[in-house]
Amino acid sequence: MSDTVATRRSLGLRLTVNGFVIFWLILAAFPFLWTFWGSFKIELDFFSISDWTNALTGALTQEAHGSSFTGAGYEGAWIQEEFWKAGINTTLVCIFVVITSLTLGTLGGYALSRSGYRYTFWLLITALIFRALPPITLVAGYLLPFFEWNLWGHLATTVIVLVALNQPFTLWMLHSFFQSIPKELDESAKVDGCTQFQAFRHVIIPVMWPGVITTGLFSFLLAYNDFAITSMLLSKENQTMIPKIVSFMGTTQTEGNVMFAVAAVVSATAPLFVLVMFFQRQIVSGLTAGAVKG
Amino acid sequence: MKHRTFFWFFLPSGLAMLLFIAFPLVSVLTQSVFTPHEAVLMTVENCGPFGCKEETTIDQEATAELRDSNPLGKFVGAQIYLDRGHLAAAEVAEAWRSTDSVSAFFAELSDLPFYSALSFTLVFVFTVTPLTIVAGLMIALAVNSLHRHLKGLVIFFSLLPMIVTPMVGSLILFWMIDSRGVIGTALQYISGDPTLSLKASTPLTWITLIVYGIWHAAPFAFVVFYAGLQTLPQDQLESAQIDGATRWQRVKYVIVPHLMPLVTFVALIQLMDNFRVFEPIIGFSAEAHAQSFSWIIFNDMHGETQLLSSASTTSVLTILGVAILLTPVLIRTWQDFKGKK
Repeated sequence: MSDTVATRRSLGLRLTVNGFVIFWLILAAFPFLWTFWGSFKIELDFFSISDWTNALTGALTQEAHGSSFTGAGYEGAWIQEEFWKAGINTTLVCIFVVITSLTLGTLGGYALSRSGYRYTFWLLITALIFRALPPITLVAGYLLPFFEWNLWGHLATTVIVLVALNQPFTLWMLHSFFQSIPKELDESAKVDGCTQFQAFRHVIIPVMWPGVITTGLFSFLLAYNDFAITSMLLSKENQTMIPKIVSFMGTTQTEGNVMFAVAAVVSATAPLFVLVMFFQRQIVSGLTAGAVKG
Repeated sequence: MKHRTFFWFFLPSGLAMLLFIAFPLVSVLTQSVFTPHEAVLMTVENCGPFGCKEETTIDQEATAELRDSNPLGKFVGAQIYLDRGHLAAAEVAEAWRSTDSVSAFFAELSDLPFYSALSFTLVFVFTVTPLTIVAGLMIALAVNSLHRHLKGLVIFFSLLPMIVTPMVGSLILFWMIDSRGVIGTALQYISGDPTLSLKASTPLTWITLIVYGIWHAAPFAFVVFYAGLQTLPQDQLESAQIDGATRWQRVKYVIVPHLMPLVTFVALIQLMDNFRVFEPIIGFSAEAHAQSFSWIIFNDMHGETQLLSSASTTSVLTILGVAILLTPVLIRTWQDFKGKK
């Protein structure tokens, strides 16, 4: 807002507003900082019964490891419990989900935005209904055929399922994005003798990247964050990071195991941090795209 | 675009949705009215030196044959829907007859898994959704008044609770509210009760989950409202000010009406997303005190014996719930579409 005399705020209001922002920032960021800091401690410090400042100073970590920081949790999670395998699985799942959903989504979204027939409306509505279904309600429908045809447990199956579940959202996003690209562009290419696909390839593909990157980010987040589907459809050796972390939680009886989970949680958060840092603008625009266009 | 071209462009995407969304839906619906065959029993008379005994054993051959000839299982119609694990028709009727007050009736109901999930899900949906909107609006108004160099940084941190995996976010908070964790210890100190544990009682667990839900969803509402604030009609604000409107009146009569379409949008998305609440229940290990539909489905399928029929039935009931929530949106979209023509 402009800083004219009329909109200038009183000191009291400014303090309240700034205080509220600081309060919210602590609420939003403190848990992550705290857990990041604590992941380098031993369990008795992170969950300190005697004195909560131990979690900050790492007094007991000092006694156990000779330094107030230790990578024991990370070592235990990544090497001993083979979290690196889950990391590789997550990487594979995310890469293939993003590439496949964008390929299918751009073709479908482009077609939906360029066809004026009534069935495009019904297809979009169907997609909206599919988007509203909780994915876990479909899992019971997957299990029997997947067991029957030996598809259960493989990464490829999970990738395809996640791509399909992601299609409704991808189609909506890309549909509204392609609508904002003037039709005249590909019309004129067609007048010059291109087929529809050539027009798409030579005219639309070069200008579609901003929308595609934004949509791709959300496909990535869906694949990366999923727990319901991956935990039900992947076998133990193909587990991705999130189900793996939850299975750490099942075996927390022995000391130190909780810290494996803490270290794994911090490791799984790190890529998202980087993602938000680099793509903040795209994430914000993607979140608001649906709202502004209705 | 010609129908033919459209068909080929849309085919891959459509096929994926048909095979992995539409068919599973049909399959879920079918499974919810069939149960697996029971083993065929046969009685054999075994005669030994101490006389004859009748023994009942499983007739493996006949069982296999029955399962092969009718792979869907035994048709039971609405039986699974009405059993104790789902709508519990008999139990509800019994509770209605045997209890003399409404509160006693509801207390009886809350022992049934379906109704206990229903009550938690509804409470969660209808507290988290409005509170998220209020929180998002407050953050958006506050951030919007900041200096422009600060805004980017604040938005960065604000996005974290939403972007971070729900399971990871709930685990992080779960460790902090542990009675040995930092928030848990602080609460014990504030309340003066050293045995206070948020995990021990049902109301406290519900409050924890609701607070988590708001924490997780507020950034989304904030970002949407913040974008809306950038398009505020400045002249309206100024004329309201000239007319002597106070700051609060300007928020109430100019800003909020301007953001109203966005509020509807956020509310609808939140209704859909909160209805499927699932990860926090696992993350906070809150199964004993709070169950949701998604959690029941997961629990049915997760064990050693996968109760697919039971999970399917809960799935169908969940989908019906989503349908009820979604009807207003569909009607609105339809009206928009008609309006455009």
